[in-house]
Amino acid sequence: MSQLGRRKFLLYSSTGVLASLFLKGCADSGGGDQAADPCAAADPCAAADPCAAAGGDGIKVGILHSLSGTMAISETTVVDAEMLAIDEINAAGGVLGKQIVPIKEDGASDWPTFAEKAAKLIDQDKVVTVFGCWTSASRKAVLPVFESKKHMLWYPVQYEGQECSNHVFYTGAAPNQQIEPAVDWLLENKGKEFFLVGSDYVFPRTANTIIKEQLAAKGGSVAGEDYLPLGDTEVTPIITKIKAALPDGGVIFNSLNGDTNVAFFKQMQGAGLNPDKYPVMSVSVAEEEVRQIGPEYLKGHYASWNYYQTVESPANEKFVSAFKAKYGEDRVTNDPMEAAYIMVYLWKQAVEQAGTTDLEPVRAAAVGQKLEAPEGLVTMQPNHHISKTVRIGEVRDDGLFDIVWSTEGPLDPIPWNQYVKETKGFACDWTDPNKGGKYKEA
Amino acid sequence: MSTLIEGLFNGISIGSVLLIAALGLAIVFGLMGVINLAHGELMMLGAYSTFVVQNIFKSFGDPWFDFYIIVAIPVAFIVSAVVGLILERGAIRFLYGRPLETLLATWGVSLILQQFVRSVNWLLMISLGIFSLLFFGGIQVVKKRADWERIKSKTLTLLIFLSTGIAIAFYSLLSKNSVLTKAWFSARNVDVTAPKWLRGGTTALGFQTPYVRLFIIALTILCLIGVYWFLQRSTWGLKIRAVTQNRTMSSCLGIPTAKVDALTFALGSGLAGIAGCAVSLLGSVGPNTGQNYIVDTFMVVVVGGVGNLLGTVLAALGIGILNYLVGSGTLALFLTSFSAPQSLIDFFLFFATSSMAKVMVFALIITFLQIKPAGLFPQKGRTAEL
Repeated sequence: MSQLGRRKFLLYSSTGVLASLFLKGCADSGGGDQAADPCAAADPCAAADPCAAAGGDGIKVGILHSLSGTMAISETTVVDAEMLAIDEINAAGGVLGKQIVPIKEDGASDWPTFAEKAAKLIDQDKVVTVFGCWTSASRKAVLPVFESKKHMLWYPVQYEGQECSNHVFYTGAAPNQQIEPAVDWLLENKGKEFFLVGSDYVFPRTANTIIKEQLAAKGGSVAGEDYLPLGDTEVTPIITKIKAALPDGGVIFNSLNGDTNVAFFKQMQGAGLNPDKYPVMSVSVAEEEVRQIGPEYLKGHYASWNYYQTVESPANEKFVSAFKAKYGEDRVTNDPMEAAYIMVYLWKQAVEQAGTTDLEPVRAAAVGQKLEAPEGLVTMQPNHHISKTVRIGEVRDDGLFDIVWSTEGPLDPIPWNQYVKETKGFACDWTDPNKGGKYKEA
Repeated sequence: MSTLIEGLFNGISIGSVLLIAALGLAIVFGLMGVINLAHGELMMLGAYSTFVVQNIFKSFGDPWFDFYIIVAIPVAFIVSAVVGLILERGAIRFLYGRPLETLLATWGVSLILQQFVRSVNWLLMISLGIFSLLFFGGIQVVKKRADWERIKSKTLTLLIFLSTGIAIAFYSLLSKNSVLTKAWFSARNVDVTAPKWLRGGTTALGFQTPYVRLFIIALTILCLIGVYWFLQRSTWGLKIRAVTQNRTMSSCLGIPTAKVDALTFALGSGLAGIAGCAVSLLGSVGPNTGQNYIVDTFMVVVVGGVGNLLGTVLAALGIGILNYLVGSGTLALFLTSFSAPQSLIDFFLFFATSSMAKVMVFALIITFLQIKPAGLFPQKGRTAEL
């Protein structure tokens, strides 16, 4: 009997020790995870977080990205950039004298989850704005939530356009700030015959529709197009088609996304399609992806973005060195990360000008905000997109880009595409109540 | 004619990737009847082993780097085989003859392995080591006591709590150390670069043949020969076949069935590792790599007929060639030159994209399985347990 008691005692006490250790571990990781930011609410110990009690002194903003699943690879880098901007702002005294408290939610690469978490951030956490999303599919999923609650989303990734919501600020490129200049540049420098390759979902298909219209208007031709399911790694049939359609070489316009890019470039090289005869222009391959594919396979191919790590400007030097100091020397910065970084600053400027975090004043104040960003001067336009400089980069040995061409200055965004018949002549202006999201230009 | 040969070659090269990925599964699922959803993750571990070996050889300098792949293949085999062995001893052996539970358990294992490569770091490995040392060491020590059977369950509970507690305490104590907590691979994909002699291709056959494809075809053939020899000509192969056919009788005749099970599973897992090494030359290496292949491999094994290597070979090549001929539009082109009816050409042109070719191949497979539900070569007579 006494033995049993002792054993029980041992069992219970060890459980107790374990539980306390567990709690301690939690509290530690709450602080250790985000060294400069004790208020990261994404960890499970948020209840024990000192910042939750002090919520009245902070301004809560939502960060809604995939921290798990297929898209986590890309989206976590954007979260890093957003956290860097928030930390910098907090270190400089915050916004309106208050600290920014980021509340992270995981969209888990699952579009309905994105909508659910967006509603949670708005209703439960009462955030004043949300920074989030990567894929167009996730943005389309959360759009009804933001529209019905008249809330505010900042979206940092280049996309296919054909959308202009009063409740979204788009800091990535519209098609006329990425795809169209790339096509023009290719037509001038690389050839008239195009082969279009893309992943099989909304962005590549819309992008290719735009490209086809543009080529038809400018005297180029489409030798063929093909789509691969997301995640597919067998590209032999496409390579055969490219060879059959362009026996003497030509331009390949690539809007593949994710893992398929790796397979595509590795197998292109094996099949003898080299950049001198078959230059590939990619719109989803940036510094981070180059590292994962391997610069050996990509050297000499092209990409079109607004920002590269190699952009020469004081703002960019500051951004890159701050990023490397926070996350490690081996990390690189890329276009979506830069767009994510500047959108936090644009929001901060809008809040400061409005003097409040209330939605409508901030929304009105956001339009017209200017920022000397790492990519150059950006301005928030009445159509909720920003004017951006466009650059074409060529992959070099170290995996970074040589900028081979860029526009003279920032290019104004055109969300409704002028090459597509259904949207030709339409524009967007949220500063004028008579115009709104889609009006016919005179 | 040369188009046809080129088409066949490309089809075979697609098929050989399918085959090498499915070979391990053909053994695990085919011979043992274990639905191993973690097969893709074992491939992924093989691919990551290749990455590690590549990085080690990078530090050796240039002439050595070109041969890293030769070392990577056995390393990938061993790593995946060991993980497979642990998996079999730790979980699957308790679930033989219960396909549903096996399915769920291996799916769970696949998620664990994916998350493991995302978050593995020195600290995690050391903590895991401490846990195993305390737990299994503790069991060994207590086992020596005479009243082991009586106190077994209580000791196990106590040991598991204590060793988990100490391991977690250790982890949280050192979790501030950034050198130890730096993730080995992180969630990002890593890049495996083929050595120079495997990049590019040759036109010796009259059309472009990538060296990587030739290498994978050769590797697949070698693996096939190896597996065939092992199963048909070696003592252990004989035992494996005996256990597959009749476990009880084999056991009566003195074959150590538990050992045979473990060995078979390790062999299948090791082959998955080799496959992972091969596909790392073609595609991406990341935590999700395995997911890209798992459906295709099961498809191949099911079409080939469970428990039959020849069926697996034919199914893989058939699916590969069909996929290529339809997807690349070669079939439509071929029919045009034969002046086939226009409607037939239009039909194949409609399917001549990668997405649609997949649809067509799937539809054909479903139709095929309606006619022959047990695959190309169904097992005849009394099957073992399943």
